[in-house]
Amino acid sequence: MNVKQFINYDLLILFKIQSSKKDCHQKMKSTNALISAHNISVIKNEKVILDNIEIEIKKNDFLTIIGPNGAGKTMLLKCLMEFYKPNSGQIIKKTNLKIGYMPQSINIINTMPMSVQNFITVRKKFDDISYRQVVSETKIKKIINKQLSVLSGGEMQRVLLARSLLNNPELLILDEPAQNLDISGQIYFYNLLQSIYLKRGLSILMVSHDLHLVMASTKKVLCLSNHICCIGKPQQITKDPEFISMFGKDMANIMAVYQHSNEIKKVQHNNTITGE
Amino acid sequence: MVFGFLFLWLQQSKALSSDTLLGVLAHVALALGIIVISFNKIKIDLHAILFGDILTVSSNDIWGMYIGVFFAIILILFNWSSLLLVTVDEDLAKAEGINPLYMNLLLTSVLTIVVALSLQIIGLLLITAMLIIPAATARRLVNSPGIMVVISTLIGIFSVIIGIYISVETDIPSGPSIVVVSAVLFFLSHFFGKFLKKE
Repeated sequence: MNVKQFINYDLLILFKIQSSKKDCHQKMKSTNALISAHNISVIKNEKVILDNIEIEIKKNDFLTIIGPNGAGKTMLLKCLMEFYKPNSGQIIKKTNLKIGYMPQSINIINTMPMSVQNFITVRKKFDDISYRQVVSETKIKKIINKQLSVLSGGEMQRVLLARSLLNNPELLILDEPAQNLDISGQIYFYNLLQSIYLKRGLSILMVSHDLHLVMASTKKVLCLSNHICCIGKPQQITKDPEFISMFGKDMANIMAVYQHSNEIKKVQHNNTITGE
Repeated sequence: MVFGFLFLWLQQSKALSSDTLLGVLAHVALALGIIVISFNKIKIDLHAILFGDILTVSSNDIWGMYIGVFFAIILILFNWSSLLLVTVDEDLAKAEGINPLYMNLLLTSVLTIVVALSLQIIGLLLITAMLIIPAATARRLVNSPGIMVVISTLIGIFSVIIGIYISVETDIPSGPSIVVVSAVLFFLSHFFGKFLKKE
């Protein structure tokens, strides 16, 4: 074996490595996910909380996570936002991904003197136009000078939503956003959320128990019980045996009814559009 | 300082409420301190530590205070919005890339500096009063956290000046005199705060 051959061989290997790197890079780019989790597992106090979770959120996705209490829904959100480091697996984010996070509630002390305006703008970089847009979108103009401690539940949720929207996020993460509201408050909030989703074209990842209310707006449903039970469009999910075994037949039937009425609405909607 | 960090560490575990922890740690610290003093053969004026004596402050102390207060103000000013957000809600702060533990550590350190500095002037027992009363007084009068800090500082300064003046005039101990003045302001603000809100 002469030197020339040796060098050629070396170059060949080098070339192969580079090309495989390129392949890998292209693969990652081609998925164009905003954020994705691969083989995420979390074990806490010898209990498996998340088992090999695989999840991906693309542009303009609307994914709702459902599941019983203790299913690891909030933990999954925490892993995605890197509050919590999973025991294994990795999270891949688009570079400079802007995430807006809306918690279920905040435990602010009642004696804290703070107005709504002060709260939504603290430690945020924003311009005047996006501020005004957010205020009108979330309908908080009337309460902008009120103190946080006197807000009602529905007002507080809208203020939290406004804060999460202020830096024009590409991905909005919501953790049971309508948990503390009464039924009309929930409907109002989800309608508001959907109009923002349609208007802004952002991606939404939400944990919610009110599946019957978000049925119309959500694109995909992920059913989580420490592992991924099923994932798919809301219509498919309700027919999935794992979903039925988890929530019972009655729940699945209720969903089916809701879908039915939603589909009718959609048809009517389409008709009016074509009519115009 | 050690107790400050011990408090933080125990608070993180969240097994007890912070009020309970504060009660336990403050009294343990005080008891340990008195025991240590009793072992020392050098005579330390316990009365001065507990109640303070503004007349024993030397010009070196004053320079030390300038430096300490300077650092305290700088630290707070540069981290003001982060501190505020952590106070409002820790999860929200985490979502925006703040480490709440770091912020709490910072606040505890600043508090320790302030307590160590004012120990000599108003004494151990009255420091807590001076930390809380001006802020509580200001709370009645303001609607924003930033203004609250400014107003409570002004109230603090005002009560120190009036308190010392009264103590000189009537020959009563300076520390308690300062606290009583600030307490009077507190009740006044409470009364007038209600009065203002009615209107």
